[in-house]
Amino acid sequence: MTDNYFELFGLTPSFNIELATFETNFRKIQSASHPDRFVTGTAAEKLSAMQLATLANEAYQTLKSPANRAKYLLELQGITAISDTNTAMPTDFLMQQMEWREALEDAKAAKDIFALEQLHAEIQSDGKALQANLIDLLDIKKDYSTATDATRKLIFIDKVCADINKAIEHLDN
Amino acid sequence: MALLQISEPGMSAAPHQHKLAVGIDLGTTNSLVATVRSGLSHVLGDEHGHTLLPSVVHYAENRMIVVGTEAQKKQNSDPHNTIVSVKRFMGRGIKDIDATQLPYHFAEQAGMLQIETRAGIKSPVEVSAEILKVLKARAEQALGGALIGAVITVPAYFDDAQRQATKDAARLAGLNVLRLLNEPTAAAVAYGLDNASEGVYVIYDLGGGTFDVSILQLSKGVFEVLATNGDSALGGDDFDHRIYCWILETAKLSPRNAHDTRLLMSKSREAKEWLTAHAETQISCLMSDGEFVNLTISCEQFTALTANLVQKTISPIRKALRDAGLTIENIDGVVMVGGATRMPQIQQVVAEYFKQTPLTNLDPDKVVALGAAIQANVLAGNKSDDELLLLDVIPLSLGLETFGGLAEKVIHRNSTLPVARAQEFTTYKDGQTAMSIHVVQGERELVSDCRSLARFELRGIPPMVAGAARIRVTFTVDADGLLSVSAREISSNVEAHIAVKPSYGLSEDEITNMLKASFNSAEADKSARMLTEARVSAGAIISAVNAALEADSALINKDQVSAIQDEIQRLAAICATDDTDAIHAGVETLNHATEEFAAVRMNASVSRALAGKALDEIKL
Repeated sequence: MTDNYFELFGLTPSFNIELATFETNFRKIQSASHPDRFVTGTAAEKLSAMQLATLANEAYQTLKSPANRAKYLLELQGITAISDTNTAMPTDFLMQQMEWREALEDAKAAKDIFALEQLHAEIQSDGKALQANLIDLLDIKKDYSTATDATRKLIFIDKVCADINKAIEHLDN
Repeated sequence: MALLQISEPGMSAAPHQHKLAVGIDLGTTNSLVATVRSGLSHVLGDEHGHTLLPSVVHYAENRMIVVGTEAQKKQNSDPHNTIVSVKRFMGRGIKDIDATQLPYHFAEQAGMLQIETRAGIKSPVEVSAEILKVLKARAEQALGGALIGAVITVPAYFDDAQRQATKDAARLAGLNVLRLLNEPTAAAVAYGLDNASEGVYVIYDLGGGTFDVSILQLSKGVFEVLATNGDSALGGDDFDHRIYCWILETAKLSPRNAHDTRLLMSKSREAKEWLTAHAETQISCLMSDGEFVNLTISCEQFTALTANLVQKTISPIRKALRDAGLTIENIDGVVMVGGATRMPQIQQVVAEYFKQTPLTNLDPDKVVALGAAIQANVLAGNKSDDELLLLDVIPLSLGLETFGGLAEKVIHRNSTLPVARAQEFTTYKDGQTAMSIHVVQGERELVSDCRSLARFELRGIPPMVAGAARIRVTFTVDADGLLSVSAREISSNVEAHIAVKPSYGLSEDEITNMLKASFNSAEADKSARMLTEARVSAGAIISAVNAALEADSALINKDQVSAIQDEIQRLAAICATDDTDAIHAGVETLNHATEEFAAVRMNASVSRALAGKALDEIKL
């Protein structure tokens, strides 16, 4: 079986994937390979079911998240979006990030769940704009260098959103 | 009497035979067993027609082990030897529970707690096995044959230690576990198939001792869990306990002995059940010191006493919604599961939170067992494929202890199962040949706030300078939600030896010893039985591999086919001998010889599935 996640799902490698086909094919693969289908099978069958279902889940998680999908597309081009030596960020985005972090800390200190949710929604809408931009950069212009910057931003946006969710959960307890 | 099945001449009987499989809801308060007959899921009753088996085990003076209603009758007169709600102790240590509130004598020891009874020291796994044995016997009696296996349900929020303990209990009871299934997922299967539901559903499952919430997407027979959350120490028992505390306070009672505690707890439970449909109830009982308690409690008082317990279920719901990326507007229905959801104050709070009336049209006590039976029927192979598929998740993150006692997450909660993740480590000192790894489960940042699952020692690392060795540790969580770990030194490709010390589970030796102790038969019978079992498993793999060759031998070359056929012949020859160990080894060899063929077939079947063709349409 192929190691390429797009091929596994019968998709052409692109950022703007056909979500309905992606979901349907994921379920078809799981229907054929899930360990539940081989409970009374041989140990060898169980092993290959486990391996394929695990690969399908990993591929699904990677392609489902826009940030990870973009990162994976770049990897297929031999580009590592995030590494120890490749963390440069445009100044305006760094400023933006610092603002978000400050807003996060303020809302946390004020124990204001509503403000955290607002911030989350605001950042998410920035993320949506980046995703639209990535369709253009990755699928049409194939401008991988600019796409790498945008992908890195999207990854940072996901990180901030995860931290906001963590803060909300903490306050919820 | 069950009719004997006769196959068509020349055909193997195996594919047509209805295999006997059951679903078991091993509950905190009650346990049930169900099976699918004529396409419908039924709960099986005992000889009196009672379907609920109280999860109570009594170790009697005459050395008998009594389970169920008869055991329940002993809980007031013999509380030390009558174990109720044992599920709360599964995979738990003594410091995890409030032992002062319980009438048992706990044995002091590390790891899973143990209870001193007149029949000796019992692990919660052994106590649970007694309940499972009764259900197994009930099912075999009703179905007229031996079971090929069972699906056993566990709370979705059970951690690895609790799941492993449940599986061990089934092994002790002589049950083949087809799958551990999460209770809310089982309920969703029973509910969804019954009502042909599609969309996003919340399962609110408040059992006797555990609370689970799962959010599932139901679509064309696929039940995909989007997120799960819960509290594995919150249930109907806690509502009884609130009434119990209220009685002590209101009647100004001094601390009670075990007998009085048990009696008051029973009275509290009765009061709770009565208040489900009545405005008030009277609690009256005579204490062992002659003091008479006579109180009246109203529905309003009960609601006020338990308001914060009900509220405690809301926070897990919020977390699950957030993890699924959903809001209450996205929810198409809320299904209530577990006897405790009969309490009106719970239905009211859930209705208010979701802004819709919860669905209560299935018996909340039975829905989990019914769903488990449906899954058991599918897993046993009685139903054709691609009709039902359950995609479940891991409820709690898995991680490793890193420097400073911090937990580093390796597999995040709500990852779809099965899942595998690898992490690389290196050595700290020159020539280091071993390292120890601590696996924890939970969401907190400090290791001390998480549950310790196991400590692993990796040995046999080739000596190198510090930082040169690259040890890849792979975590695999299977469809039962159970973790296994393997490790490999990458630069030399040495498979490191792993010594597992489960923090709360039983070791393989302990289980083997318990199994041995449970065999009453003579040594000769035992070895005869083991030989028969070995031959049966050899026969099963031979027919499975033959069937696979018949269907798909075109996928591999002639040499590969004849190599597999040679192994089949070899195993068949060994089966004619009385050498049990050699038969097991032969099964292992045949399995190994078919690994590549199995992988090729798996890929082919996935390709066929994607091409949208049914298997029988393919001509190779």
